[in-house]
Amino acid sequence: MADQALDGATSRPLLSLRNTNMTFGGVKALKNVSFEVLPGEVHCLAGENGSGKSTLIKVITGVYKPEAGAVIDYDGQSYSNMSPVTAQAGGIQVIWQDLALFPEMTVAENIAFQTVIGRWPRLVNYAEMRRVATNALQRLGVTLDVDLALHHFPIAQRQIVAIARALVGEAKLVFMDEPTASLTQSETDYLLDIVRNLSASGVAVVFVSHRLAEVLEISSRVTVLRDGALVGVYPTKGLTQSRITELMTGKTFDYSVLHRDLSKSPVMLEVEGLSRPGEIQDVSLAVRRGETLGITGLLGAGRTELALTLFGMRKPKSGSVVLDGKPVRFGSNRDAIAAGVAYLSEDRLSLGLIQPQAIADNMVIASLDKILSSGFISSDRKRSLVNRWIRDLGVRIGKQDDAISTLSGGNQQRVAIAKWLATDPKLLILDAPTVGVDVGARAGIFDIVSKLADSGLAIILISDEVPEVYFNADRVLHMAQGRIVGEYAPGATTLQAIEEAVYA
Amino acid sequence: MRRFVRSHATELALLAVIAVICVFLSFATDRFFTLGNAFDLLNTSSVNIIFAVGLLVVLVAGGIDISFAVAASVVQYLTATVLGWVGGGNWIIGVIIAGALGVALGCINAFLIHGFRIISIVATISTFNIFFGLLMFFTGGVSIYNLPDWLTNRVVLFEREMADGSWAEITLPVLIMAICVVATWALITRTTTGRQLYAFGDNPEGARRFGINIGAMQFIAFGWLGLMAGIAGLVQAHYAQEVVPNALYGRELDVLAAVVLGGARLGGGKGSVLGCILGVLLVSITQNGLNLMGVSPFAFKMIVGAIILAAITLSNTSIERLLPFLKSRRVPS
Repeated sequence: MADQALDGATSRPLLSLRNTNMTFGGVKALKNVSFEVLPGEVHCLAGENGSGKSTLIKVITGVYKPEAGAVIDYDGQSYSNMSPVTAQAGGIQVIWQDLALFPEMTVAENIAFQTVIGRWPRLVNYAEMRRVATNALQRLGVTLDVDLALHHFPIAQRQIVAIARALVGEAKLVFMDEPTASLTQSETDYLLDIVRNLSASGVAVVFVSHRLAEVLEISSRVTVLRDGALVGVYPTKGLTQSRITELMTGKTFDYSVLHRDLSKSPVMLEVEGLSRPGEIQDVSLAVRRGETLGITGLLGAGRTELALTLFGMRKPKSGSVVLDGKPVRFGSNRDAIAAGVAYLSEDRLSLGLIQPQAIADNMVIASLDKILSSGFISSDRKRSLVNRWIRDLGVRIGKQDDAISTLSGGNQQRVAIAKWLATDPKLLILDAPTVGVDVGARAGIFDIVSKLADSGLAIILISDEVPEVYFNADRVLHMAQGRIVGEYAPGATTLQAIEEAVYA
Repeated sequence: MRRFVRSHATELALLAVIAVICVFLSFATDRFFTLGNAFDLLNTSSVNIIFAVGLLVVLVAGGIDISFAVAASVVQYLTATVLGWVGGGNWIIGVIIAGALGVALGCINAFLIHGFRIISIVATISTFNIFFGLLMFFTGGVSIYNLPDWLTNRVVLFEREMADGSWAEITLPVLIMAICVVATWALITRTTTGRQLYAFGDNPEGARRFGINIGAMQFIAFGWLGLMAGIAGLVQAHYAQEVVPNALYGRELDVLAAVVLGGARLGGGKGSVLGCILGVLLVSITQNGLNLMGVSPFAFKMIVGAIILAAITLSNTSIERLLPFLKSRRVPS
């Protein structure tokens, strides 16, 4: 990477933006931002939600017109603003986070869809599509069955298809918006290899990711934005994750492991030999009151399956679960909720929260029985319950009746946690609670987790990011292939040692 | 082979169900397995297949239409009236008039859906009532019997005398149906417009980002269904030799069930012409078989409903579960 940066310093920028200003309804979304990308480099755009990353991308791709005075130099031409047509014709491509693919259509059609676009109807040339698609995949060094419908492929391969589609558009500059958000570790590695191939073939890639480890691994330079303003452009060499976090948030974070003495605390959950063929094997663990137990491992290691089994949504084949001194066997998750188990789903967008519904309605949905008054929902009780949790968890909202989708990831997650706390749980299982949550807001979530533990809750914290469990759990279990293969005490074991064990 | 099975699971499941029913009926009745009966089935299914392929296009584009059957009734009336003005006409003029009127009615739906952003089920339930209400109001429920001779005369394209002295015949509706089927198949699988319709139904936002003209998609989809409905209306008038205002009322649900049975997805992006035809045939074969077995017509709806339910359950169950040996080995990525 380092030599690439040196090469870059001497070559002319492919894209150079200056004096970019953008205002939405009185709020300055971009304040005099400049941005530069060199041909063939992998450049990371870092910043929290609302820092102006997506606005900047939309200015470059012509979706938004910047205020007068902006200069966009791209590929030897100078523009005061871009249009989507000029941007595409010039080889600027965006791979959106939602990919914008067509799941029912074949891989070939998805990649070569550009060939069926055009004002006048023509006959479809499937052979040409197949050729174009195969070529694009070859450039990425990938083989896929191009005649199979896309929905047969896992998400990682759909990403590849989206990238291949960008290549068909003769891309010179590709923006990738959170491309690894839903990928496993090995899939991520695979994708990063693809990005390297892309960069080696002369295509510049602007990479947007919340996962700072990847940012450091893949990019040669990082541009950091905060509150719509440029913080700076930094060569990746010499940067660390915590340095980027500081630059993004303007705050310094204190990373230290927990030191709580829980030896006298009673055991809240005790699991013995829990098995479910194909998912979890002979899992035994215990969590004390006031303890946070971290569970990490690669995606597919059985972490979520274990959580769903404890939550009564999957029935174990064998093994026993004792909750608060009483043996339990759940017929459904309703039983589990009634017994005091709460499970924060890993997929907040589609499973955790009901996006179009109001904040208040989302918050009370798991505890409707607590706000009844003579059999009907009492709006007074509902309001006071919601107000209490909004205050306790520091949720920043406009109105209680706003749709949950209007909130940022971090605030949505707080609402999701509040929803479960309202059920008075004894055991709270948090499955990947920081997915899609800003670095700054993550600290806020973990503050809440820590306070909840101190109040006597037993917490299981599941995450595929080892540092997260390392700094926020009292003990860390490592799962692989459905089994618990290691137990570590943060502090006694180094973070690197655990990471090596997990990612090995 | 495995790829073919995976991408044609619904069609194969339907084909299997149809085969089972056919074998059963061949043994249960002596009339079912005859050329005459097979041709009869085609003749009687033609109108529904024309409707079905039209509706398929709307479903593929992510819409739904409840109004097309009564729109076809409106077209029948208007066409009969216009044919009176032009002094009789012939098949070509008839198809042009009926098709044009059908397209116009379809475009009303598209206009409501695209222009006012009304979801298609609500828009077409409204036009269903409006079309049918207007028709009943202006006709007073009176049927038309004095249709032009060319429209009421049976046109036999192929005939063959059977051993028992009966005639097996293929009539004009089958030819018109075949043309509609091939045209729809070509539209949705062979033209860029057709692929844009699929893409639009599959992921509207993705299609929009590609610069696909969303309004055009709605007008093409509903216009095409209108065209098919207009033609189907004319063919139905020919087949019944009369125009009865409520003859097609309720047909929309039969056709919708058959198309969904054929693998088209409510919500868009999925469905095939072959599936559509098999869906319609499954229903008509069942009815035909029940008829031949002398089952009370009052039991028809019940049994057809049960068959639809059984077939849809079968085709929703993943092929891997039904035939475990086809299970593909996942390649680790």
